[in-house]
Amino acid sequence: MQYESKSGTVTCDPGFAGRVKDESGVDFNRCYQCLTCTLGCPVARYMDHPPSEIVRMVQLGLKGQVLGCSTIWVCASCESCVTRCPNEINIPRLMDALHQMALREGVKPKVAVVPAFHAAFMDPVRRFGRQNEALMSAEHFLRSRDFSPKTLKVAAGLGIGMVTKGKIKLLPARTGKGKDQVKHLFKETLKGKKP
Amino acid sequence: MKYAYYPGCSQEGGEEHFGKSTEAVCHALGIELQEIHEWTCCGASSGHFLNEDLSLALPARNLAIAEKMGLDTICVCAACYLRLKASRREARHDPEVRRRLEAQLKMPYEGKHDVRHLLDVVVNDLGLDAVKAKVVKPLKGLKLVCYYGCYLMRPPEIVAFDNPENPTAMDRLIAALGADARDWSAKVDCCGGSLMLTQSDAVHDLVGGIVDRAREVEAEAIVTACPMCTMNLEAMQKGKDKLPIVYFTELLGVAMGLPDARKWFKKHLKSPAPVLAAHGL
Repeated sequence: MQYESKSGTVTCDPGFAGRVKDESGVDFNRCYQCLTCTLGCPVARYMDHPPSEIVRMVQLGLKGQVLGCSTIWVCASCESCVTRCPNEINIPRLMDALHQMALREGVKPKVAVVPAFHAAFMDPVRRFGRQNEALMSAEHFLRSRDFSPKTLKVAAGLGIGMVTKGKIKLLPARTGKGKDQVKHLFKETLKGKKP
Repeated sequence: MKYAYYPGCSQEGGEEHFGKSTEAVCHALGIELQEIHEWTCCGASSGHFLNEDLSLALPARNLAIAEKMGLDTICVCAACYLRLKASRREARHDPEVRRRLEAQLKMPYEGKHDVRHLLDVVVNDLGLDAVKAKVVKPLKGLKLVCYYGCYLMRPPEIVAFDNPENPTAMDRLIAALGADARDWSAKVDCCGGSLMLTQSDAVHDLVGGIVDRAREVEAEAIVTACPMCTMNLEAMQKGKDKLPIVYFTELLGVAMGLPDARKWFKKHLKSPAPVLAAHGL
């Protein structure tokens, strides 16, 4: 369905809101746009649409704009919005459902480094059962290919700190049977999908 | 007091001083910790980011083992705390989730036993009088602010053992150790969490704001109860003169005169030792 707006032609998917509701379990139709979520959101100024707008856009079925926005990747999951929402709308859960939908449907993430980081985070966990910071960081750079000066500066600061303070562990922790059980849980829950 | 202990990955990695201080302090306070055998990662922020089922199953594996031990679980990382509690809540509220988890885990799991953050246990179960009785070196004159961040208190229907907008548990504990715990406005602000490498501008700004609020009330250090918060606050502060960040467990250790406290401080990007030394500690 398409209609004209001031900013051009808008495509609307009438089934989108229903699918998001089923997948997330979040009743976002209770929203009356009080903007409490947006006012308390620590990262709203780094988003192209603040959380209150995303809720409205989902209601309107603006699937392309919602899955293509930066908001669903920039959300820090700090849980401030849901804590303060007078209608108890679980926006962090909504964001999870939206970016999972985007990944599943092959939408190019507007902030691709974020899903790359989370996939990199899970890599040592899947292989060894626990996190290992050195392996995770290496994996992050392989996946994100983000070699921008500011990211390298943060990583170098952390890396140098870890080395000089003798905190780097090159070998992953041993978890015995735990490792195999975690591998099994990844297989069971992701059903063959790669994180 | 006996608990199953879930250290969490950070506490054996980059923030091992949080793990070490936790164990030493619990021993000194008479809180017996039994480490969950072959524990594994809870999935942290990335688990629920990628897949809801995975984010419930990874914590549940550890809690099923704790259930076999017949004990409530103690953890110290705020992210572990929320993920473990969220998984337990789903298992208890939704019989279908519980059946699915048991099938995936191949272990019985009812969610019978609770998950507690150490701060909650120390302040609300053990009590401040018991803590005061163990203080040999009061932290007199030390001006501090307590930073709770997000997951100790939010979302309140899952975690919160205190007022989610104005918690005071850590402030009361620090005051019981003799320090001057100052009121401030950023105690439940977000540090940026897992965005450190991916949205570093945002994290620099958020951390900068928190540190500015701490300086406004002339705090000499920020007290934390989460390895992620600590990592961000230490690593993402700008400028030369950085404010030290210190775990509440480390301060407990100092006040109780535990000999290992000096070793823990060596692992900080900015050591809190000089600030303590200025007060004869």
